[in-house]
Amino acid sequence: MSRLFEKLQKDVRLQEGLKSCINCGTCTAICPAAEFYDYDPRVIAEKVQSKNDTVIEDLLKSETIWYCGECMSCKTRCPRGNTPGLIIMALRSLSQDLGYFIESEKGRQQLFVKRTVGDWLLNHGYCLYLEGMGTDLFPEQGPIWDWWQENYRDVMDRMGANYQGEGPGILRKIPDETMAEVRKIFDMTGATERFEKIEELSMQKSKELNIEMTQELHNDYMHHVFTHNSHE
Amino acid sequence: MLQEGKKALWKEYQKEIADDRYFYVRSCVRQNFFPASETTFLRILTEELGKSVYEHPHHTSCSGVGYHSDVIPFETTMTMVARQFALMTESGFMNFVPSCITSFGLYTEVLETWHHFPEVEARIRETLRKATGREFEKPANLAHASDIIYKLRNEIADRAKYKLVNHNTGQPLRGVEHIGCHYAKMFPHKGVGGAEYPYVLVGMIESWGGEVVDYPERRHCCGFGFRQYLVKANRGYSVASSKKKFESMAPYKPDFILTNCPGCPYFLDRWQYAIAEMEGTTYGEDGMGIPVLTYEELAGLVLGYDPWDLGLQVHQVSVEPLLDKMGIPYNSSKKYLGKNGKFLGVPFKPAAIKVC
Repeated sequence: MSRLFEKLQKDVRLQEGLKSCINCGTCTAICPAAEFYDYDPRVIAEKVQSKNDTVIEDLLKSETIWYCGECMSCKTRCPRGNTPGLIIMALRSLSQDLGYFIESEKGRQQLFVKRTVGDWLLNHGYCLYLEGMGTDLFPEQGPIWDWWQENYRDVMDRMGANYQGEGPGILRKIPDETMAEVRKIFDMTGATERFEKIEELSMQKSKELNIEMTQELHNDYMHHVFTHNSHE
Repeated sequence: MLQEGKKALWKEYQKEIADDRYFYVRSCVRQNFFPASETTFLRILTEELGKSVYEHPHHTSCSGVGYHSDVIPFETTMTMVARQFALMTESGFMNFVPSCITSFGLYTEVLETWHHFPEVEARIRETLRKATGREFEKPANLAHASDIIYKLRNEIADRAKYKLVNHNTGQPLRGVEHIGCHYAKMFPHKGVGGAEYPYVLVGMIESWGGEVVDYPERRHCCGFGFRQYLVKANRGYSVASSKKKFESMAPYKPDFILTNCPGCPYFLDRWQYAIAEMEGTTYGEDGMGIPVLTYEELAGLVLGYDPWDLGLQVHQVSVEPLLDKMGIPYNSSKKYLGKNGKFLGVPFKPAAIKVC
């Protein structure tokens, strides 16, 4: 058995997601990503099933594995009980564990995801953080969101929230002792290690590309990975 | 088909939904973008229907958005989920109710994983114990918040002040529903009606007097795609998916879109605005959009709650056309007031899409 397939096989999602693919292409027919990108989940299953180290390594360094939207529509339709979406999740995890994600334009976007969703979760206890989601980063939210951001404390009060307050309620402040538990969970289960790897390899890549990266959320390299689309 | 046979078949598409004593966990998306929906859910259950709901102040995000954008490892997510179950256990509850479809799918995925891989469950129990000192029981019942509203839909109908009926013509209002991919596509037997006949939102619309419109792309994803929306360079994926749905539903002239998942109303609301800006296309009547509602917002309207208490003023697509059709009175001068009547100004009105 190949070295990389063996690593993938340790992920229960690969065991659940890839039983025996017959390459019928039903997953591709239903896949929203296949409509938008040059993407074919059938081929992903075929390549992983090959157990060929070279083929799998190419996949782990490719743009292709980052196209899936994880809607899991493929799960419902596969006549053999496979889930290409789960195969993708196992591939993306391994690509980050081995540092291969940094080889692709789409993989490098993980820095933005880490610095927003990842850090918001680690620092505030929520995957999304109201004060970090302005129309500068998310302009499609429209003028209603500008109004909301200008008045967020009043609007949140009006909606019955407990914004940054003690006790239960909407967007309450997560107590310090809970955040300490979250940090410990991150440390013990691989999230801290993944975050550090994303930061370290992104810094190396920024130097290689000669685009400045700093510890601040807004910097040239972050802007680059957030917006750059070579359509390759 | 004989009615007995039909009933027997339909039984396979039902799920058990607890009756009372709910342990409620909130949604990251909903708290940020549709907070009044969660306020309304609790108001309906506790004030209107006398149910017992508990929210633990120490619960956190389930980590689902991070997990599905692949920045959070599965091991971390399973332990975060285990911690939420521990809080439920410590509080003396057994019926776990997430406010989010991504969470609902994730809790289901974790429980299914532990069912198939008991050694993983044992490992996570050990990790949680070492990290936090906590122990947990698995929920006796796992139901999404919309499952609860579905179960109580007829009790809500009994208290209805307004129906999903055009008060001028007497005709049922026509709604399209969008249940969200992670409700039943991953684990069909965990959703009301399964993946083939999802009934959770249809049941609400029908009970409240409306009519459900079928359309070709009814089950297509709204286009969140996690990293496909979060990263600006990928957002073409997201808007293209929503556009595909709008183009498919528009010929049927729906009066409203009803959504299940926290992310879907966000995308189906905001992308209508963005498409209007990008292409000049609008999908509603007279240059407006099609109003998009959460199921709590719709339930609140049926129960006669003030539209601004329901948070309908924070939608980018105006909902007034639906209020007018239902015959619901509203005071436009109070639309943009804060809690104590403080005027917060009026949002900028875009030229590309007509807003009230």
